Amino acid sequence: MGITVEGASKRFGDFQALKDVSIEVPNGSLTALLGPSGSGKSTLLRTIAGLETLDGGRVLIDDEDVSTKPVQKREVGFVFQHYAAFKHMTVFENVGFGLKIRKWDKAKVADRVHELLRLVQLDGLAGRFPSQLSGGQRQRMALARALAVEPQVLLLDEPFGALDAKVRKDLRTWLRHLHEEMHVTTIFVTHDQEEAMDVAEQLVVMNNGQVEQSGSADDLYENPANEFVMSFVGEVNRLGDSFVRPHDMEVVLDADERTQEGMVQRIVALGFEIRVEFVLADGTEIWAQLTRPELQRLELVEGQIAYLRPAQAKSFNGSSPSETIGASTPHGSPDEGDAEKPAAV
Amino acid sequence: MRSASSARSRWGLRALGLGYLTLLLLAPLVAIFYKTFEHGLAPPLDAITSADGLHALKLSLLMVVIAVPLNTIFGIGCALLLVRHKWKGNAVIDAVINLPFAISPVVIGLSLFLLYGTQGWLGPTLAENGIEILFSVPGMVLASIFVSVPFVVRETVPVLQEIGTEQEQAASTLGANAWQTFRRITLPSIRWGVAYGVVLTTARVLGEFGAVSIVSGSRSGETETLPLFVKKAFDNFEFAGAYGASVLLAVLALSTLLAMNVLKRKEDA
Amino acid sequence: MEAHAQSAPVAPRAGLRLPGVGAGLGRGTVVLYLSLIVLLPLAALVDQSLEGGLGNFWTQVTSPPALDSLKLTAVCSLIVVVVNGFFGTIIAWLLVRDQFPGKSAVNAVIDLPFALPTIVASLVLIELYGAHSPFGIDIALTRAAIVVALCFVTLPFVVRAVQPLLIEMDREMEEAAASLGASGFTIFRRIIFPNLLPGLAAGVALAFARALGEYGSVLLFAGGLPDTRVSSVFIASQVENGQNTGAAAVSVVLLAAAMAMLGLITLIQRWSSKHERSQAGTATGGLTLTPMSGEDYTEEGDDEVR
Repeated sequence: MGITVEGASKRFGDFQALKDVSIEVPNGSLTALLGPSGSGKSTLLRTIAGLETLDGGRVLIDDEDVSTKPVQKREVGFVFQHYAAFKHMTVFENVGFGLKIRKWDKAKVADRVHELLRLVQLDGLAGRFPSQLSGGQRQRMALARALAVEPQVLLLDEPFGALDAKVRKDLRTWLRHLHEEMHVTTIFVTHDQEEAMDVAEQLVVMNNGQVEQSGSADDLYENPANEFVMSFVGEVNRLGDSFVRPHDMEVVLDADERTQEGMVQRIVALGFEIRVEFVLADGTEIWAQLTRPELQRLELVEGQIAYLRPAQAKSFNGSSPSETIGASTPHGSPDEGDAEKPAAV
Repeated sequence: MRSASSARSRWGLRALGLGYLTLLLLAPLVAIFYKTFEHGLAPPLDAITSADGLHALKLSLLMVVIAVPLNTIFGIGCALLLVRHKWKGNAVIDAVINLPFAISPVVIGLSLFLLYGTQGWLGPTLAENGIEILFSVPGMVLASIFVSVPFVVRETVPVLQEIGTEQEQAASTLGANAWQTFRRITLPSIRWGVAYGVVLTTARVLGEFGAVSIVSGSRSGETETLPLFVKKAFDNFEFAGAYGASVLLAVLALSTLLAMNVLKRKEDA
Repeated sequence: MEAHAQSAPVAPRAGLRLPGVGAGLGRGTVVLYLSLIVLLPLAALVDQSLEGGLGNFWTQVTSPPALDSLKLTAVCSLIVVVVNGFFGTIIAWLLVRDQFPGKSAVNAVIDLPFALPTIVASLVLIELYGAHSPFGIDIALTRAAIVVALCFVTLPFVVRAVQPLLIEMDREMEEAAASLGASGFTIFRRIIFPNLLPGLAAGVALAFARALGEYGSVLLFAGGLPDTRVSSVFIASQVENGQNTGAAAVSVVLLAAAMAMLGLITLIQRWSSKHERSQAGTATGGLTLTPMSGEDYTEEGDDEVR
């Protein structure tokens, strides 16, 4: 069931949460709505679910305009950040709720519930109450509950936001596997770009109620449409008008016409990768990402002077992004097009 | 979920709920004001300012002036004890404090009547020393205290629990002793809860009828509080007096409501 | 009174610790105060009721006028809590979930029966629903009057017990149920109501206790006719006639019933704090002062980041 949103707009009092938003979610895909707080991503998700109504625009599920359909009838599975577990019901009753109100007979309900509990690895806990489960378990229960009624679409609103980092990582891998097995069109909302890039096939980056860019993780990383997207999906150094990824920042010991002088302020080892913080002559602070071998080869120490050269840089003038490769000065004027990449070290 | 049927059920609920409220609470409220001033301001005013009326007012206020501070001090101390000091007996204290909520005022009055009566455990001893409890002010005071014990405690405890102990601990590390901490840190944080409790206590004491009527014998001009005055006036067909005093009590009640609302907002803030 | 609804079931912890002696002294004072003011009189009451032995107690309680009054009181109180349970929930719903002009005034007025002296309530009810009723309804000195008076004084207990639960209710549970296909009524029946139940039950229990003992509001409106004599009125008349033992016996019955209701409320609180993550005080309108067992309820394997 593909989902299309056309020209959606939504206001809460004075606050415009969505401004003419349009997205396409292909059938069976796993899409992330990514953005900072207040970007409108949760509002958009809830609009698709029918938990909010639009002021303007429409929502189509499987080519049918469902904008005026109440949430009950849209057959969407929704998973909330704080689980929304039915506190007064057991795990079994929670998962079976949708089936019970569809008047399935008891035996079939039991079969399906146990099947789902096995799927989410909660079998054996059917008789417990949500308050007796951990956060991760509660969220898996919520997923099972949403999947029980075989929704056309699965919507998850920051599903791992309330969980510990380790649990979060485990669950998102698990979600990806689940999607591979079940192929339900899935949209999830997150502010964590790593999570989005790890899990989703398609990312929709939102900011201020608008879509900044949508595409695959690679697309967004390699070809960001604007400064916002570039800095949201990865780390960025700003040199005048250009933006350089730390791992594109080459560090050399000899100056040449393409380099800038910088002094090493701090060297931080983060596992395999080293973060080297520099301050340039004009006071700009930037950092370069080096591997351990590279650092050892350069033998950098704090206080040392070295020279920096962007292997790749991007500039965004007005609305059209342009890429500067290699040869320009970092403060540069945009250099459109096809200069060759310098040989990477 | 905006549909015709949900709009219908909304209006249905409103009709039921608000209709019930109007018949049960609002209509009576309006009625009493209307009835009293039906014939102007004079009759009720005359009645209240009669000697008996004034005395009843004074006696009611006396009850308040004694019972409220006592129960306030008790209430704060007890709340501190319950919240900050773990003790097996806390559950029992809790239960006893809740008793005055649930027991009939008549039962309360009777129990005092028996304790301090001529054949009671304390009655004769006190009488020998010239202390009269029943049929006089002290008994009425005891009754007033009994019925209004819970309020300050109940309103203070949750506030104490909510503010936690960190501020107090910080004060200790800065050198404050227990009393200083209490006066400068704890008390200001719980003041709205306490104030709310005080308002409720006052309302309860002013309005108390059953217990005080049994304990006092309801002698006009001597052991009659305003509520007792109302009853006696009514029994004697002195309606102006009954309504006059009632309106006064109602006005005090409305002030209480107002104070409750204002304080509730301060407390929540 | 406005039952304070925001207490967290926090076990008493160290804070303003009075030094050992101070705490003991404080405790002693509290116990002394409560004993003198509350317990001693009640003990005298029980003592008097047993004057003449258990057999006499039983005779007094089962004498026709006493028994009739008890039956009448119990039946009327039961009717009242059912009626107020129903309307009280609706009113709480309206106050929390609905919007209409004057809502905050209505919210304030709910507490009127708490603030108004019961004798004044009696007078007012006679005005409206007695001989000179502007509505033409005259139920003064009837059993209906008892029910109406008791409804008046106990309505706030129910509303104020249900309201906080509604306010704190996790709306997402309702949204989740809607996303699973549940209609409005189903959501109320299966999701909202079960979560209101502890508060409603506690409110009803307290209302029942209050109704059993109510005196002032019933006295003038329903009168003390043989037909309409509730137990509190009966007890008062027994006292007037010098029948102390008889009065005490019936009083002890009422006392026991009141204590039973309080005990019930405690049980409800414990049950609700065990099953839900909601706070015990909230669930029952704040009646509890401290958690009875003082245990700090933690879940197994809770790995949440909050």
